[in-house]
Amino acid sequence: MTRAARSDGPLLLGVRHHGPGSARAVRAALEAAHPRAVLIEGPPEGDALLPLAADEQMRPPVALLAHAVDDPGQAAFWPLAAFSPEWVAIRWALAHDVPVRFIDLPAANSLAMAQAAERETDRYGDGARDGEVEGNGGVDGDGEPAAGGSPVHAPIDPIGVLAEAAGYDDPERWWEDVVEHRTQGGEAVDPRAPFAALAEAMTALREVYGDGGHPRDTVREAYMRIQLRKTVKEFGDDIAVVCGAWHVPALVTRTTLAADRALLKGLPKVKAELTWVPWSHRRLARHSGYGAGIDSPGWYGHLFETADRPIERWMTKVAGLLRDEDRFVSSAHVIEAVRLAETLAAMRGRPLAGLSETTDAIRAVMCEGSDVPLALVQDRLIVGETLGEVPDTAPAVPLQRDLTRQQRTLRLKPESLERELELDLRKDTDAARSRLLHRLRILDVGWGEPAAGRASTGTFRESWRLRWEPELYVRVAEAGTWGTTVLSAATAKAETQAVSATALAEVTALAEHCLLAELPDALPAVMRALADRAALDADVGHLADALPALARTLRYGDVRSTDTAALGEVAAGLAERICVGLPPACTGLDADGAAELRRRVDGVHTAIGLLTGAVQADADGAGLRERWTGVLHKLAARDTVAGVIRGRAARLLLDEGRLAEDDAARLMGLALSPGTPPADAAAWIEGFVGGAAGGGMLLVHDERLLGLVDAWLTGVPADTFADVLPLLRRTFSVYEAGVRRTLGELVRRGPSAGGPTATATGTTAPGFGPGLDGARADAVVPVLRLLLGLDTGTGPDPGGADPDNRDPDERVENAEEPLGATG
Amino acid sequence: MTVSETTAAMGVQALRPHAEDAFAHELKALAAADDRPRPARWQLSPWAVATYLLGGTLPDGTVITPKYVGPRRLVEVAVTTLATDRALLLLGVPGTAKTWVSEHLAAAVSGDSTLLVQGTAGTPEEAVRYGWNYAQLLAHGPSRDALVPSPLMRAMSDGMTARIEELTRIPADVQDSLITILSEKTLPVPELGQEVQAVRGFNVIATANDRDRGVNELSSALRRRFNTVVLPLPATPDAEVDIVSRRVDQIGRSLDLPAAPDGLAEIRRVVTVFRELRNGVTTDGRTKLKSPSGTLSTAEAISVVTNGLALAAHFGDGVLRPGDVAAGILGAVVRDPAADRVVWQEYLETVVRERDGWKDFYRACREVSA
Repeated sequence: MTRAARSDGPLLLGVRHHGPGSARAVRAALEAAHPRAVLIEGPPEGDALLPLAADEQMRPPVALLAHAVDDPGQAAFWPLAAFSPEWVAIRWALAHDVPVRFIDLPAANSLAMAQAAERETDRYGDGARDGEVEGNGGVDGDGEPAAGGSPVHAPIDPIGVLAEAAGYDDPERWWEDVVEHRTQGGEAVDPRAPFAALAEAMTALREVYGDGGHPRDTVREAYMRIQLRKTVKEFGDDIAVVCGAWHVPALVTRTTLAADRALLKGLPKVKAELTWVPWSHRRLARHSGYGAGIDSPGWYGHLFETADRPIERWMTKVAGLLRDEDRFVSSAHVIEAVRLAETLAAMRGRPLAGLSETTDAIRAVMCEGSDVPLALVQDRLIVGETLGEVPDTAPAVPLQRDLTRQQRTLRLKPESLERELELDLRKDTDAARSRLLHRLRILDVGWGEPAAGRASTGTFRESWRLRWEPELYVRVAEAGTWGTTVLSAATAKAETQAVSATALAEVTALAEHCLLAELPDALPAVMRALADRAALDADVGHLADALPALARTLRYGDVRSTDTAALGEVAAGLAERICVGLPPACTGLDADGAAELRRRVDGVHTAIGLLTGAVQADADGAGLRERWTGVLHKLAARDTVAGVIRGRAARLLLDEGRLAEDDAARLMGLALSPGTPPADAAAWIEGFVGGAAGGGMLLVHDERLLGLVDAWLTGVPADTFADVLPLLRRTFSVYEAGVRRTLGELVRRGPSAGGPTATATGTTAPGFGPGLDGARADAVVPVLRLLLGLDTGTGPDPGGADPDNRDPDERVENAEEPLGATG
Repeated sequence: MTVSETTAAMGVQALRPHAEDAFAHELKALAAADDRPRPARWQLSPWAVATYLLGGTLPDGTVITPKYVGPRRLVEVAVTTLATDRALLLLGVPGTAKTWVSEHLAAAVSGDSTLLVQGTAGTPEEAVRYGWNYAQLLAHGPSRDALVPSPLMRAMSDGMTARIEELTRIPADVQDSLITILSEKTLPVPELGQEVQAVRGFNVIATANDRDRGVNELSSALRRRFNTVVLPLPATPDAEVDIVSRRVDQIGRSLDLPAAPDGLAEIRRVVTVFRELRNGVTTDGRTKLKSPSGTLSTAEAISVVTNGLALAAHFGDGVLRPGDVAAGILGAVVRDPAADRVVWQEYLETVVRERDGWKDFYRACREVSA
């Protein structure tokens, strides 16, 4: 027997956090020793909350959450699952009326230390996210519930070192083989034996590695020693301590009280509050963000719960799950899977089939080698869906506090009476209110609903309908799992939604939401999701629909000084895909489909104009424009493309000056030549001149084009003229009456009255005469100067129509104006 | 078996010797070093079989070459399956070394990889059960002498490992006759009122292509009798480049192609393109891509590079250049002229065009796709 397990000293139970074997061993050891007090590695402020652990409504997994009172974003979690040794010890102590206390460094200090470390690294802005990262590595045996931001020292992994010494490449597996799977046998002899052996191993390790790259551990261990002494004084030696195995040697070390006190001197401190929050197996798992460092909470839970034949029971559970999902799995499968798992374990020289053996066996026998059903097993069973519950008597979640605080500062009272709220986004308070409401909407806390405001087209006004209902408190509590502040929670939720969204439009909407709610941290994830969906979406129509919104978003993002680089990249990628996919998509369409696609071509054209104008002034932007022009050329020239799109493409090119007039005339002549079916030709002309404003004006001013149209029209055979007429009427009837009249006069007058036509030089814009009428051009200048504010000298003023609003912030506020239009 | 005897007798070297002949020295060294328990009639212990496939160095210094480059886990599951007397089904897209693995497994377990049934659409029931020597049958009536055993039947009576290639191509009724063999481990011969019972050590390794499944989808009754191991495509680009360049080297030598001095860069490029399109995501994991309808297996990458080498050797300057592989890649990627072409163009424009050092490749591809 080593000192650690001496009957005359405190019983030191070094565990692996969240190790089911450790938990069993702890329970057995406590039963055997029946100590008079139990000490647990955890923040002492939580002592007051410990009795809640015995509450009927308390169901693990739960987490002890500590947060700074004035900044809920500064938070740390101590997750506890049913199979966590600490949880087992707490429950045992409460059930046996034994005093139980936390002895780790107070959260007040650890939070402050994390804060200080963060400031050092100048990453305060990320505090909310970093603070929630739970560093409670299941593998490293170190239970530091890191409040984030701890300096990176490449800490050593004690269990990893032991495993390596034993010739294992996977430390997790070594621990399982040596401790978790062996303790069952060991119990019969002496439940304390494994702890003694482990303490010895850890002592050897710490002799070599010292603090192993966890400099804060010395402070924490000093505090633990002080608490341990205090408890020994109160209860005598007959107490038990449950802590990470790594700390055991430090607790045995003989030091003076004064030395320990000295270590603790001058620690920074914040006011911290603690509460229990519900946790879930998913969040215990490493890959879901706040990872507690264990990959397989469900499997551990199973190992902990089942008294005997864990593999058989596990396989039966898996078979049940697969059957529920309509996969055919018979008992014979279960039998074979168990056999294979056990044989595999024997071949790999393991004492008992572990998770990797069972998973291999399940894949080979039950899943026919496929990873798809296995993913289901991984998700539902190995990680598990277990959700914790916390009694209502637990203190409020920090999210609610944060919300209350913001409600106070923004003077927005939660009232059950419905009321309208008009926000002027140019004012800081109103903008902040809008952001809060948008963020709450993302969190499904439906306090405010955007209402159609009073005729607010494209203004900086937002209208909300506010109504606070009692169940919204529940919503807030639910949303509390996303984060500790409204901002961080909304960010986390938006990120998750972006990942799980399936349709492209969903993500585009989300991106706009993120901008409205101002969640710059969520944008990268959303953008990534957007790029991914765009890449996989085979329907060019969807892409084309998404692009204009994105281009708009890009411009807003620009004025809100969010990171537009990622956005621009995504938008450019989207445009690129449209350029590739559009030509094949334009063939073989019916009339409705063609009209729809023409609308999209227009949208994309405008968006690409915005893109090249807004973001990419460099060569790349020009490249995009070139490619789009190339696509339009292709569309205009390809016979299989629907007429209306061909005409539209030709017109867009003409307007841009990318198509020489001769070519335009040639294209028109081709499209309208007698060989073309009249319906097709009429569709072309509709695409070419119809729709967009000013289509008629082009005809009025470009006599040659009018001549072409005229010539074609007069060439239509009498018997098909009736077929063409409705189409032509549809096109020409949308023109203003004046334009129509002028057109009629022009046609009556006959072609080419000898006026200056566009044929004179190639450099003039379509429809305009050569040269410049100096006098008429000068007449515009005064108005332009007024609009641009050049006379007053206040600089460019895009929203200059608002003369009574000339404060310095004006530009920024007006820049936000378009938000009102989309909200 | 008879064929190899014939070639040996004639003193002619086989174009491709069996695994147990080609690696006889490794098997021998393993058997000598192997002190672990062996299942009945196994030539090696399961551990040694796994070592034979995955490679390693024995205590006496013998180097075992790796036969399969891939996850250790898969080989362990495969060997363990054979040890539990369950049949093994190797699944995978074409070009993932299914047959290769099955041959080596049989060679290591039973020392004989020739008990082989080649599955085709025309595989008759006799190939799985037994046939008759009609001359004998007519002369002497039904007897054990007139019976012509199938490889499977021989494996049963001798306690050996039988192999079935392309199981899903075998007609469903012939597949069904496997069920009794696999579950009851016996093959009744009603004509003689006898049966052949499998001796311990008998097992079956089947391979099937999971790309064009549905040819003759396995019935669930049959499927249930197999443990399935899916052989994946190479996990890392480096592994794949390694496999491709090694195979290209071998093939090139047998076709007397001059070795390309600077081929590795191009091989890496081909592998990168194949992997990215296959996985639907770029190597840096930042951009998702559409995947074309083709398999784009490692075997296809090998053929693209070999083809490019031939082009470079006979029509170029002997150096493998982007232009030499571009046409091959296009052919491999664009199987469906409409959908795949869009996929390929998107890939070119969004990924290839912007990648550093890929300008020449981009141009070459543009040229061939125009």
